[in-house]
Amino acid sequence: MRFAVIVFPGSNCDHDAWYAISRNLGQTAEFVWHDSSSLGNADAVILPGGFSYGDYLRCGAIAKFSPVMKAVRRFAAEGGLVLGICNGFQILVETGLLPGALIRNRGLEFICRPVDLITVTTNSPFTSQSEPGKILSLPIAHGEGCYYADEHTLDELEAEDRVVFRYVNNPNGSLRDIAGILNRERNVMGLMPHPERATEPLMGSTDGLIIFESMVTALAVK
Amino acid sequence: MSTITPDVVAAHQLSEAEYQKIVSLLGREPTYTELGIFSVMWSEHCSYKSSRLHLKKLPTRSHLVLQGPGENAGVIDIGDGYAIAFKIESHNHPSFIEPFQGAATGVGGILRDIFTMGARPIAVMDSLRFGPLDDPKAGERNRRILAGVVSGIAHYGNCFGVPTVGGECVFEPSYNGNPLVNVFALGVFRKDQIFYARASGVGNPVIYVGAKTGRDGIHGASMASAEFTEESKQKRPNVQVGDPFLEKLLLEACLEAMQTGAIVGIQDMGAAGLTCSTCEMGSRGCTGVEIDLQYVPQREAGMTPYEIMLSESQERMLLVAEKGREKEVFDIFRKWGLDAAIIGHVTADGLLRVKDHGVVVAEIPNGALADEAPLYDRPYTQPLRKAPMDGPANFSSHNLGADLETLLGSGDICSKRWIWEQYDYMVRTNTIQGPGGDAAIVRIKETGCSIAMALDGNGRYCALAPRQGTMLAVAECCRNLSTVGALPVAATNCLNFGNPERPEIMAQLVEAIEGLGEACRFFETPITGGNVSLYNETLGDAIDPTPVVGVVGLLKTGPPLTLDFKRPGISVVLLGGFGRCDARQFGSTQYAKVILNQVWGMPPELDMDYEKRVQAAMRKIAGQGLADSAHDLSDGGLAVAAAECCFGPAEVGARLHVTGDLAPEFLLFHEGPSRILISTSCPEQVLRIAQEYSVEAPVIGTTVEGQLQVSGPQGVFLDFPVQRLRLVWDRALERALKG
Repeated sequence: MRFAVIVFPGSNCDHDAWYAISRNLGQTAEFVWHDSSSLGNADAVILPGGFSYGDYLRCGAIAKFSPVMKAVRRFAAEGGLVLGICNGFQILVETGLLPGALIRNRGLEFICRPVDLITVTTNSPFTSQSEPGKILSLPIAHGEGCYYADEHTLDELEAEDRVVFRYVNNPNGSLRDIAGILNRERNVMGLMPHPERATEPLMGSTDGLIIFESMVTALAVK
Repeated sequence: MSTITPDVVAAHQLSEAEYQKIVSLLGREPTYTELGIFSVMWSEHCSYKSSRLHLKKLPTRSHLVLQGPGENAGVIDIGDGYAIAFKIESHNHPSFIEPFQGAATGVGGILRDIFTMGARPIAVMDSLRFGPLDDPKAGERNRRILAGVVSGIAHYGNCFGVPTVGGECVFEPSYNGNPLVNVFALGVFRKDQIFYARASGVGNPVIYVGAKTGRDGIHGASMASAEFTEESKQKRPNVQVGDPFLEKLLLEACLEAMQTGAIVGIQDMGAAGLTCSTCEMGSRGCTGVEIDLQYVPQREAGMTPYEIMLSESQERMLLVAEKGREKEVFDIFRKWGLDAAIIGHVTADGLLRVKDHGVVVAEIPNGALADEAPLYDRPYTQPLRKAPMDGPANFSSHNLGADLETLLGSGDICSKRWIWEQYDYMVRTNTIQGPGGDAAIVRIKETGCSIAMALDGNGRYCALAPRQGTMLAVAECCRNLSTVGALPVAATNCLNFGNPERPEIMAQLVEAIEGLGEACRFFETPITGGNVSLYNETLGDAIDPTPVVGVVGLLKTGPPLTLDFKRPGISVVLLGGFGRCDARQFGSTQYAKVILNQVWGMPPELDMDYEKRVQAAMRKIAGQGLADSAHDLSDGGLAVAAAECCFGPAEVGARLHVTGDLAPEFLLFHEGPSRILISTSCPEQVLRIAQEYSVEAPVIGTTVEGQLQVSGPQGVFLDFPVQRLRLVWDRALERALKG
């Protein structure tokens, strides 16, 4: 499978995603520069963590105007798998591909630590290989990861089974402990924790592999 | 143009004699711009004029050293065709004046030093010192400075994408008016791709890239070379503002440009900005550099040549490219959205010639600035020492358990999690061991090798005896690496001291440098670079002499040996033994400082030969996979180390028995060096290795579930549920900051 890893000038987890996919998952990963209007022949897209264009304004607010995001939007509309990690999640909500917003952590400080996540749904191409209720340990590293949306949107996300992961011990104040969500079509996922940082024993956890393996399984079926 | 009066010279912090030297080097009076250029290049910060003479005493070579002091960073061969570049820098003065930006730009500066050499930064550590957070007078300010410094480091490092993997944080009253912010960075590259800051090839273009030049940071280097006074606060505009995103672009663009082969030499613009980069590149390349300021990208209109040359605007680089290949370089900078401009060229005349719209405004021999800087053999007497030699005649603890709890919750010993969780310590997925361990470990993905690193300093020890204190810092830093199984191979240092014009301060500096040299020679860790920060005084009160040592070591990539007890029912061995301590040496301990509220006497005694054998034994034990956990004894001695070993996720405790004819306070809390606490399921093999190196290794107990109990000849000293101790240790810093 070919994974396109989008590179904004301020992406800094791009190489980590590339490494996780090509070395620890054994799939093909290719970098796609932010001013590219094509994703090549990618089977799936990863929007990696980092600070896209510096994010001095609002995380992801400028990235949504980049040429590559037009291509990503098109790719998503055609049913392609898009995974936004951390800054990638922030970009997805700014772009409108996912609802809600990611605001400053409740404690106002940047937090880097491994956290436990509970798998809420396996009805998604990102979690099909997991089990409902399964706990994954993945690192977080963000200053603006508090998921926020109005009550109606939150109810809708839950009613439509679109909350994928919740924090076991909410680190950042996210409403309803939300760590990751899907779009209505279930082919776009945004996730604040970093699965690519948990893909080999030396990283301290291999729980992130289950997400990438689910994607590979979903693509194989396609 | 201002005329140069004695007042103008004094305002530039140049002495009359130094001014006369300038006149004789030029053969004429300098222009105002030239005076500014000399003042920054000859400042203590840039010229090391007080310390250079003594720094020559440091060992700088080994078979692994590819580049010693004198370049932007030292370089070590790590095998398989790869090398690492690393250095430590201080940003003390700016961090006091404006904590957030001061610390942030400190990180930015040291990162540029690393990637200027062609290396990609893969790790940062920071050594921080503040006044006590509960200081009756300065507490509130100290808390604000700590919070600002930490968020500044986080802001810059996290956005840039380099993991902050470790460091230290210490509180002493002497840092009330003068905090220390020392930042270490390390990068990796292929050893055939090292770049140097040299301007060569007459006619080659000199290219400026990065942020536009503004009026910020003018005279930052001179500010860092003066004591603090009441007026220092007005110097806030001297502190620069950092833009980590721009630095990230600069990193990627420079590394990409270096790959083209069109770059001849490159240097960042740090302290003394354009002045320093132009004349140092010319001086190192034995060439001249001519620039015209009209081509320098400027942020504001109407800047004078003086301001442009002295600006310390951040995120700027100067490079020399091969003539005819400018386009290749410019294409890359354009791709990354960076401003780049040809501002001059390399000449054969050895001069730094600065023009403004074609008119020469400064013309100085490069050598005069970079190599002819004043060199002082400043007089020194006995090191300043305020503490008495002897402490209270009799003291005995009312409650050893309560003492341990107090120590675990004290500033120097408590968990620094609140600090390091604000740093992304995992980005780049190379962090095998992050903050909170004895040493950080970062793997090199390209080879099978990992780099271990640690920072250590002890101002309290050095205030009592600078030579021994410095040697103890080197020993501890090396021990930290050995504890995780790494072989220490090289060192960097940041020497933080007061005003060297005071003979008793100068004596501290000389003693510390000599101690540093002796220890680094003995432990075979040559100094490959570093930084000297003097004039750390406020209103005549100097900081404790604080040399901070950073040592790097090598080990094979694999699961890390961490400090926490993993499972109950296995042996606990004290490698190195119970150690020695007399009443004077006890006066330098955390126990004396925190529990008795006094400091006296001398630092612990160091037997370097014994220390080396303990470390060699430890590395062998680690290498053979015989230890389940290992933790070096330092602040708070055996009791604190044992407690820290209990704070792993499993909260495994231990039942320990200590022996010896020392008083219980000494047995538990003395800080004699050369000791490492190990848990192991094969004690016989561990003891055999200890014997091989003639090192004591008493088995002092076993690990148990959830409880820490320590007894001695006089009975049970302390007995606690691990969880209770852990809560005290884990929450203390946040509680001190937020109440």
